[in-house]
Amino acid sequence: MVKKLRYTNALAVLLTVAGLSAPALAGSEDVVVENAWSRASIGVNRPGAAYMTVRNTGEDAVTLTGLATPLAMMPEIHESKTNSVGVSSMAPAGEITIEPGQSVALEPGGLHAMLMKLQEPMTEGENFPLTLTFSDGGKVTVEVPILGIAARGPEG
Amino acid sequence: MQRRQLLLYGAAGAGVLGLTLFVGWWRVDGPGAPEPKGQRPLPLSAMEFRLTDHEENEVGPGNLIGRPTMVFFGFTYCPDVCPTTLSDISGWLEELGDEASEMNVVFITVDPERDTVEAMAEYVGYFHPAIRGWTGPEDQISRAVEAFRASYERVPTEGGDYTMNHTASVFLFDAKGELVTMIDYHEPREFAVPKIRRALTEDVEGAT
Ligand SMILES: [Cu+2]
Repeated sequence: MVKKLRYTNALAVLLTVAGLSAPALAGSEDVVVENAWSRASIGVNRPGAAYMTVRNTGEDAVTLTGLATPLAMMPEIHESKTNSVGVSSMAPAGEITIEPGQSVALEPGGLHAMLMKLQEPMTEGENFPLTLTFSDGGKVTVEVPILGIAARGPEG
Repeated sequence: MQRRQLLLYGAAGAGVLGLTLFVGWWRVDGPGAPEPKGQRPLPLSAMEFRLTDHEENEVGPGNLIGRPTMVFFGFTYCPDVCPTTLSDISGWLEELGDEASEMNVVFITVDPERDTVEAMAEYVGYFHPAIRGWTGPEDQISRAVEAFRASYERVPTEGGDYTMNHTASVFLFDAKGELVTMIDYHEPREFAVPKIRRALTEDVEGAT
């Protein structure tokens, strides 16, 4: 099953109501997040990771700048890398620009949404909301299903 | 040391050829040599370390000889690479079914500070039942990593925590404890399972 969550006008409406001028959103309203999934955690001491495909269906490049979720105090886009002698390491990935018509895959062993400082355990069968923030001020929130610890992909 | 002397002698005595040898020594065994990464692991029979498995048994490389063996390093606080490796291996073992039942499968932690015997027991319990989790004192972990010519490094993260960089390859040994091959991280599944089959049959071929 493909889960799609589109940006809605809710944010723009909210900002207008609050008396602020809505930012000129360039692109992030055309972002689609697909196949989000994560693995269950053991307790809250170990960081979690979530995966998904972020697709830019619009005509402008979009830049993913950050994450937010009530599940974790320090969510951050990370990248795992394995060097020529087989040593794996992990570091913050910084901002990620997605060109029009392109998508970026957050998948095991590469980019991932690293969920540090979990506020509660990630329990198999539950979901949690994850908000992706873009440089144009837009936000896309996706519900991420929590699969088993040994899950290999969105299908489990 | 012997090779060093020999090569230095050659460098002194044989002009250009000697210089080439000297440069080779410098890069391979001498001060220019990289850390012992990327080299071939020792045979299991030449390794020496003592650890504890997740069921509190005293274990070491000697326990692995007699059956084909798969070994990999990781840590249970690893959110991405390690659970992926463990679930990949679980998948390979499922695919091999009965063929793999005669195999040792060992996950050695590089983070003994957090990975106690209890932590290892809980963690490996979520994966294929053949997977054993080994931990122990830091000095023994370090000896094990060195014997495999692997490496690990503690890296502080924001917020006062730390993560571990570590060799993510899977090592395959035959029943005599000789290295058969390695499965690199990111290697496609189509390559991994045939490599494991090689480790399972290697000793039979060697005996003929
Ligand atoms: Cu990470």
